[in-house]
Formats: sequence, C-alpha cells, structure tokens
Amino acid sequence: MDYSQFLFMPQEIGLLFVFLLVFIYDTFMPARMGKHLPMFATILTALYTVYAFFPCPDSWGMAFGGMFESNPATWVMKNILNVGVVIVMLQSIKWTNDDFVSVRRGEFYELILLTLFGMFLMISARHFLLFVIGLETASLPIAALAAFEKRYYESHEAAAKYVFTAVFSSAIFMLGISFVYGMSGSLYFQEIGSQIVGVKSPLLILAVAFVIAGVGYKLSLVPFHQWTADVYQGAPTAVTSYLSVISKGAAAFAFMVILVQVFGAVYSQVWQWMLYAIIILTITIGNLFAMRQRNLKRFLAYSSISQAGYIMLGVIAASQVGMTSMIYYVLVYIFSNLAAFGVIAVIERATGRVTMDDYNGLFKTNPWLAFTMMLAMFSLGGIPPFAGFFSKFFIFVGACHTGSVAIYVLVFIALVNTIISLYYYLLVVKAMFIRQDECVIPYIDSHWTEEIALTVCVMGIIAVGVASGIYTFLNQVTETITPMFNMVG
Amino acid sequence: MPLSYTIAVIAIPLLMFFFLGLAGVKMDKKLTGVLGVIGMLITTVIAYGVALTYFFGSDQGQVADGVRQAVVVFNPDWLSFTKTLVVRMGIMLDPIAAMMLIVITTVSLMVHLYSLGYMCDHHGHAEKGFQRYYAFLALFTFSMLGLVVATNLFQIFIFFEMVGLSSYLLIGFYYQSPAAVHASKKAFIVTRLADLFFLLGIMILSYYTGTFDFDQLVFGPNGANSLEVAQSAIATGGGATFLGCSVMAWALTFIFIGGAGKSAMYPLHIWLPDAMEGPTPVSALIHAATMVVAGVFLVARLFPLYVIEQGAMEIICVVGAFTAFYAAAIACVQSDIKRALAFSTVSQIAFMMTSLAVSSADGGLIEIHGGHGLGFMASMFHLFTHAMFKALLFLCAGAIIHAVHSNENSKMHGLHKYMPITSIAFLIGCLAIAGIPPFAGFWSKDEILVACYAKGTGWGIWMSMVAGMTAFYMFRIYFLIFHWKKHEVHTEHAPSDQPWTMTLPLIILATISIVAGFVPAHDLVTWDGKELHTQLNWTVAGSSVLIACIGIGLAFKMYYKENELPDKLQARFSGLWEAAYRRFYMDELYQFITHKVIFQGICKPIAKFDRGIIDGFFNLLASVTGSAAYGIRRLQNGSIQSYVYVYLVGALALAVITMVCVLI
Repeated sequence: MDYSQFLFMPQEIGLLFVFLLVFIYDTFMPARMGKHLPMFATILTALYTVYAFFPCPDSWGMAFGGMFESNPATWVMKNILNVGVVIVMLQSIKWTNDDFVSVRRGEFYELILLTLFGMFLMISARHFLLFVIGLETASLPIAALAAFEKRYYESHEAAAKYVFTAVFSSAIFMLGISFVYGMSGSLYFQEIGSQIVGVKSPLLILAVAFVIAGVGYKLSLVPFHQWTADVYQGAPTAVTSYLSVISKGAAAFAFMVILVQVFGAVYSQVWQWMLYAIIILTITIGNLFAMRQRNLKRFLAYSSISQAGYIMLGVIAASQVGMTSMIYYVLVYIFSNLAAFGVIAVIERATGRVTMDDYNGLFKTNPWLAFTMMLAMFSLGGIPPFAGFFSKFFIFVGACHTGSVAIYVLVFIALVNTIISLYYYLLVVKAMFIRQDECVIPYIDSHWTEEIALTVCVMGIIAVGVASGIYTFLNQVTETITPMFNMVG
Repeated sequence: MPLSYTIAVIAIPLLMFFFLGLAGVKMDKKLTGVLGVIGMLITTVIAYGVALTYFFGSDQGQVADGVRQAVVVFNPDWLSFTKTLVVRMGIMLDPIAAMMLIVITTVSLMVHLYSLGYMCDHHGHAEKGFQRYYAFLALFTFSMLGLVVATNLFQIFIFFEMVGLSSYLLIGFYYQSPAAVHASKKAFIVTRLADLFFLLGIMILSYYTGTFDFDQLVFGPNGANSLEVAQSAIATGGGATFLGCSVMAWALTFIFIGGAGKSAMYPLHIWLPDAMEGPTPVSALIHAATMVVAGVFLVARLFPLYVIEQGAMEIICVVGAFTAFYAAAIACVQSDIKRALAFSTVSQIAFMMTSLAVSSADGGLIEIHGGHGLGFMASMFHLFTHAMFKALLFLCAGAIIHAVHSNENSKMHGLHKYMPITSIAFLIGCLAIAGIPPFAGFWSKDEILVACYAKGTGWGIWMSMVAGMTAFYMFRIYFLIFHWKKHEVHTEHAPSDQPWTMTLPLIILATISIVAGFVPAHDLVTWDGKELHTQLNWTVAGSSVLIACIGIGLAFKMYYKENELPDKLQARFSGLWEAAYRRFYMDELYQFITHKVIFQGICKPIAKFDRGIIDGFFNLLASVTGSAAYGIRRLQNGSIQSYVYVYLVGALALAVITMVCVLI
C-alpha cells in the first residue's frame, strides 16, 4: 500500500488527531481535571480549524483507488463545517459542565468529533461503500448524543425515534444502491455515471428515488422529515443545533455530488422533477408547520426543514453556480441558525424556558440576547442587508441559471414562501420587542464562551453578506470542479 | 498624501457611527460629542489632504496631457448579477468628487462642533439623545461621502437611500414632537417615491448598456468625461423607443426625477420646508449644504449622457428655471426664518440645476468639444460656495433660535444690539448669496448667469430677475431679524451671542464665504478635466450687481425701520401674498391628491378587496392548514411506525409517479 495517499486527507487526519487527544485526556487525566476538558477540546478544535484552513501543497487528487477525493470544494466545505463545530462547542462548554451532564462530557466532544469525521468521509467519498461508512459514522452516534440528557424522558424518546428511523432510512438507501450496483456493476460514482447514460428503466428510477430518500432523511426533506421535530425538541439544544446545521450542510454537499456524478445523465428526465416536487413540499410544509409552533426548538425544527428546501434550490440547478450558491447558503445558514440556537441554549440553561411566550419582553431584560435573536431571525427570513438575504438571492440566481421556465416557477414559489416565513420569524421578534409579560425572563449572565460564540455568529450574519469577496472566492473554488457537471444532461 | 487614504475618509465616520451608536449609551454625553468632533476633525484633515493632492499633485496619475482624470482607488466586485452586469463597491476621485469631499467634511465638521453648544439647554446640559444625535450625524457623513466617491450608479443608489435614511432619522430626532414625526415621514415618503423612479432609471439604463459603471458610461479612455463614450453607451440602446421617446431619454429623465426628489425640485420640493422641524445644525448640514445637492451631483455625474440626450436636458432646464422663481417668490413672504431659508435653498439648488442644463445647449455639441461647458463649472462652483454661505446662514439662524426660542421673525426684531457677531456673520452670508462682490456668491452666480445668457437672452433675464429676488428676500429676513424695531425682552435672559463652540464655526464659515469666490474653480472643476479659460463678463456682472443692489435697496426701504409699507403692500396684493405665504397651495394639493383621490378612490376599494377577499382567502388557507396540521399531528403523535410508513409511501410515490411520467 502506498502510504503517501494519506497526504490527500490532511483534514481528516488532523480531526482524528484531535479526537485521539481528547479521548486520551478524558481517559487518563485525573477526575479533578475533568472540568477543563470542554475547554481543552474546544481550543484544540479551534486550533485545528485554523490549521485546516491552510491546504497542504499537492493535496488535491484521488486516493485509495479512487474512493476518496480531495479538491478545493471539499476542502472549503469541510472548513465551513469546522467553523460551525467550533461555535457549537463554544456554546456547549458551560452546559457540559452542568452537574447532571458533567459525568459524560467527554463523550459529548468525542462523539461530535467522530460524527464530523463521518461527514468528512461523506463529502469526499467517490465510492458508495466509503459513503455508507461515512453516513453511518455520522448517523448512529447522533442517537447517543440525542439521549444525552438522561434525566429527561423526551431525550430518550428523541434518541429512540432517531435510531429507528435512521436505520430504516439506511436500509432503503442501501436497497437503492444495490439496484444501482445491479445495473452498472460498479460502486464508483464516476463509473456508474458513465454506465447509466441513456438508460431508462424503472429500476433506475426506483434507485434514484431510494437514494434521494436516504440522503433526504439526513436533510429532513418532506416526506422524509417526520423525525425532525420530535428529535430536535427532545435532544439537548447543543445537539439540536449541531444536527440542524453541521449534519445538514455535510449531507447537502454530498447529496449534490451523488446526484450530479452518479445520476447526472438522468438529470432532466428523472431527478430534477423528483427534487422539484420535494422542494415545493419541503418549503411549503415546513413553513405551514412552523407557523403553529409555540416551542422554539420545535419551531426551529420546522424552520430548518423549510431552509433545507432552499438549500435544495442550489442542488436542483446542477451547475457550478448552483454549487457555489449552495455552499454559500450553508455558510450563512450556519451562522444564522447557530445564533438562534445559541440564544435558546443560553436561556434554556439559565431558566429552562423554551416557548415563544416565555420570550415576551425579553428585550427589556436581556437586550443583547434579544438583539442577537432578532438578527438571526432577520437573516433566516432573508431581510437585507443581513447575510440571509444574500444567500437567498444567490441561491435564487443559481437556480435561475438553468434558464428553464419550470425552475422560474419554482423560484417564484420559493419567493412566496419566503414572505410566509417572514410571518413566523417576525412573531419571535414581536414577542421579544413588543409584547409584555408579568414574568419576564430575568437578566441572564451568560458565560463568556457563549458570548464569544454569539458574537462570532452576529459578526458572521452582518459581515458575510456585505463582504462580497466570500462569494467570489467560493465561486473560484467551485470553478475548479466544473468538469463534474459535464455529465449533467 | 496617497489618494488611497480616501478609504480612511469613508471608514472613520462609519466607525464613529458604530462606536457612538453602540458604546455611546454608556458614556458621558459630552464625551460622545467631543469624540464625534475629534473623529470628524481627523476625517476632515485627511479629506483635505486627499483633495488637495488630487487637485494640485500630479504624481498619482490624476493629470495626463493636461486633463484631470478620474482616479479609481479601488473597485472590487460586490454583487454579480451576470458575468457582465456586476455591482461594484469602490472609491473614485474626480474633480467633482474631490470638491464634494471638501464641502461635506468642512460643513460636517462645523456642524459637529456647533452642535456641542446648540444641543445643550441654557444650563449647558446636553439634551436627551445627545449620543444618538452624534451617531446619526456620523452615519449621514459616511453615507454622503460614500455617495460622492461612488464608482457606479448602483452604489450611488445605495448611498442615496442611506442619506435619505439618515435624513429621516435626524429630521425626526425630536420624536416626541408630532410635527417632527410628520415631517420626517413626509421627507422619507416623498424622496422614496422619487427614488423609485431613480431605481427604474437605473434598471433601464443598465439593461440597455449592460453596465452600472461610470467608466463605461461617461468616462473616456483618458479618465475624463467623454461625449464619445456617452454616445456609444446610448447607442447600445439600439434606438429603442417608448412612447415616442428613446428609452435612454426615459431612463435619464427617471434618474433626474430621483435627483429632483433629493434636491427638492418642483413639484417634489414639499418635504424640504417641513424638514426644518429637525435640529437647526442638521438643517445646515443636510438640508442646505450636502444632501439636497445630491440631485445636482447626480446629474453632473452623468453629464455627458444628458448632454447627448437633449430631451431630458430640456426638462431639467425648464424645471430648474421654474423652481428657482417659484421658491424665491415664496421665500419673499415667509415669516418663519428657517422656512424662508429652506425656500431660498430650493431656489439656489434650482440655479445649479438650470446651470447644468443650459450648459449642454450653449452652442451644441461642437462647442462643448471646443472646451466650453461653462454651465457645468458654474454649477459646481455655485454648489461649493452655496454650501458654505448657506450653512453659515442656517447656523446663524440656529444661534438666533437658540437665543429667542422661536422661529418667527416677529419674536426677533432688533437683535443686532444683542448678538453683534451673529449679526455680522448673517450679513456676510446675505451679501454672499445676494451676489455682491467680492463675496463668494457673486463669482459663482455670475458664471451661472453668463451660461444662461449663452443659452438665450430670455433664460438669462429670467434668472437675473430671480437673482434680484434673492437679494430682496435675504435682506428682508436680515432687516426683520436684526433691525426693524427695538427688541422686546420677554424672558429673564436677554438674548446674547453664543458659547465659543457655536461662534467659532460662524467665524470660520463667514471667512470662507468671503474668500471662496477666489478659488480657481474654472481650472479645477470642469466637465472634461481641462482648464477652462473664462473672463469676467462685465455686462452680465455689472447688471447682476445692479439688480442685487436694487433688491437690497427695496428691502432696506421696506424693512429697515418699522413702517407701514409692507402691510400696505400686503393688503394691496392680499390674494397674491396669501397664495405665496401658503406656498401656492402645493401642500393642500398634495393632501387633496393623496387623501381624497388616492386614499379614498384607490386605496379604500383595494383595502376592502384586501380585507374581504385576500384576507378571507388566507384565513381560509390558515384554517384549512390548521385543521390539516391537526390531522397530521395525530399521525405524528409519537408513532415511529407511522413515520416510517409515510417515509416509504413517499419514496415509492416519488418513484412511481416519475416512472409514469418518464416511461409512458
């Protein structure tokens, strides 16, 4: 075996290294040092994130017989996820040192790092076996994370629901892959892609549907979404925020790679229309359900379903511009959603209150938290000049680049849904700024790590949209993988 | 000084805004004001350095072959719509931008300093919202500076909106006063309406030319305004027409309407007099010197395009000439000192607009190639001098209002004895605006009149007449405030001159108003970057001074000493007087149109439609959704089996429907 192939995966190796250090710390350090573990893991991950920003020379290419690919686009996607994970870790330091959770705090960080490793494999995999390994690595530990708050019944329920539905969806996904294998005799993305050119069989269509269902589960696209609300509500908030942004971002990127590389040949005939229907359903149903929610975590669960529909607008474009806008959307979404979850986590940790009515008059007592939440809601709703506006704008433009009338209609539907979504995002703002309550949440002295995390998010929300260089940079990055889209037909 | 320092000129006010806006709340009020002044002082120093380097240096590519070029400091892509149509955010210096840097920073610094004294009560305590005031001033300064250095139309539009916003915030600064709230809303709505046209114009223009950038629209290869480039930009429209006019003429007219909204041209002027509800220093900065000339600046920026599209230019010319007279007529009878000054501002801006518009016509295209374009230079020159003396007049008015607590000149009379410095400064301002040599206004107004006479004797006579009215109404105000009769002291404090923070800006601006006329504008601020050789036209200069003296003499006769003449005249021409005093009923007309016609006739039926049918539809939708959601909730109530069931049915349905569509 040629060990130099490992040089193609500097980010993965770095991540494993961080994981091992955290693991060793957790296992061998005396118990009194345990309270420093969260800080240790977070700083280490932050350092690693900075390191990962500098690509090793000549680290682009295929490794392990073409199973693993490293290119500028995967590199940038992994970096974005790294940033998100650091923010999630910062937000959970205080929480993992709580009395009830502290016994297991090591597991929290180890599992987060391990699932992230799985997602990296998903992003870089160019072979279905490696992809499935990545998918499962990124999937099963989440159940353990969801069950983290052992003392709460909802936490167990969330974990059980997650694990059962995840196993089922994996089964469907692999059934789909087995069909593909039966038709093409290969599990390599590119080989399958060239084998199915011109093929028009029911089996292929079924395979595409099952693959979409399998990955769509991770993205919580309608109708594969039903686990989302229960799991988001039941899981600890730190886990929910991790699940809603990091996991979703990785899956979206991998989804696009599979659809374009494997099924690119049947784009216009098959999966464009499947995705078309799914996007409309996802955005609309996510929106309609979000309107009725009073529990903020459940509310954000449905909002994130609807947001996933917008992310899919980049996928349905099946072009380099679409991919740029999708990555950009994920980046912005990470900042906006983590800001929202960050505020919820702080308030939940301090007071245990998570419904919208609890937030009445929050601005009076906690102006900064309310301000951050407002920015997050504005950004998620797509109000200029915050980043969310630009990400929506670019994803619409990306979709419109296909030039087909059907896609214009889709974009129009998405636009109308944006207006509907403003209604429920502004409900939260209204509760915080306008409504009054007798038992307002008192002033919360948030921990400095949480403050840093929220500040980073706020700066991201404000700066990412206005700093145009970011989009231009992403565009340059994805231009290096344009050949991938040649198969699309 | 390297021209790239312009970035600091833009960045410092922005940082001041964030700093004062966010951290100011917890700081001592006076300290925020002092910090604001210091920040502005640094900005001003750098802006002067940059502008002077631009005008008098030659080592940074600003002059080539005797032509003063536009220098783009930086210009990154900001938002790309298509590969060719890209919005950029950049900084560009050309003669008018560099001149505007000086104007904006000078007046802004004076206003920052002046407000330290003005925004305090008589015991020297800062008013409520002092920090907010300084934060908004910084925001305004940032927006205005960003506007003038913009490299493309879209950037101008963004900053156009931002100056509108900061103007709105500052007019409504005293948000407890209903009048201020109404005024700020009115200003915002009227200018927004105009900006809608501006946006339309930008869209049309960029659709046909495929660019927002000035260096493709108006600047030639040598970096100065070029008619050839404008010609070819217009030619890309392919001669498309709409309602008998070329689309380019429509686009340029729409853009002018946007500018007319900000520059308060008739009939969009109605917001400006009301905007005087804001603090007086704000009126001096925004509604006299800087923001209101944004429209003039806009037309000047696109000057070569307008020169070629003569149709749009004619509209500007007529609107400008009419507005100049109309506003001057109203200014002659106003009793509120700030309103009178506001109408005077409208009239003077109309002078600038007219001057821009006649310049294209002085002998047609060939003449302009030959190096004319006197009107352009005169307009920009007048913009410069007017900013200085009008800011001076407003700051004097602020000092007077601060002293007597009223805007009405009936409460003022005879203040000369009590406020000698203010009186002299105001007199200097009046002499400057009336066009008496050697004060600043004489030089610039003279050039404008020469340009107007070059277009046609009729235009020249018309504008000379308005210049005479200017002299009359300004000295009417002056005599009524400082003379007329002995001042009656009502309050326990006799009015007196103000603290040094307020006096110093008056003295500086008065000095500038005396000497600004000797700035060699015809060498520096010309439309094509070349030096313009002009001589004083003795006929026009002599006659305009004569007319101004007649105006002043008339004002002296009527208003210097208390007498019956004004009342007699008022009784004699009561109809005309009443009409002018009520601003020729334009506000009532707007009220009628908006409330009676639009609200009653259009909005009410639409509202009914909205409440009944649209709301009904959505209520129906909501209740349907509600019950549907309730139904699905039962499915979702904890049962994993049903989740999996929906999942499987969904996946199979997706496959089956696609199969049916694709294979059959």
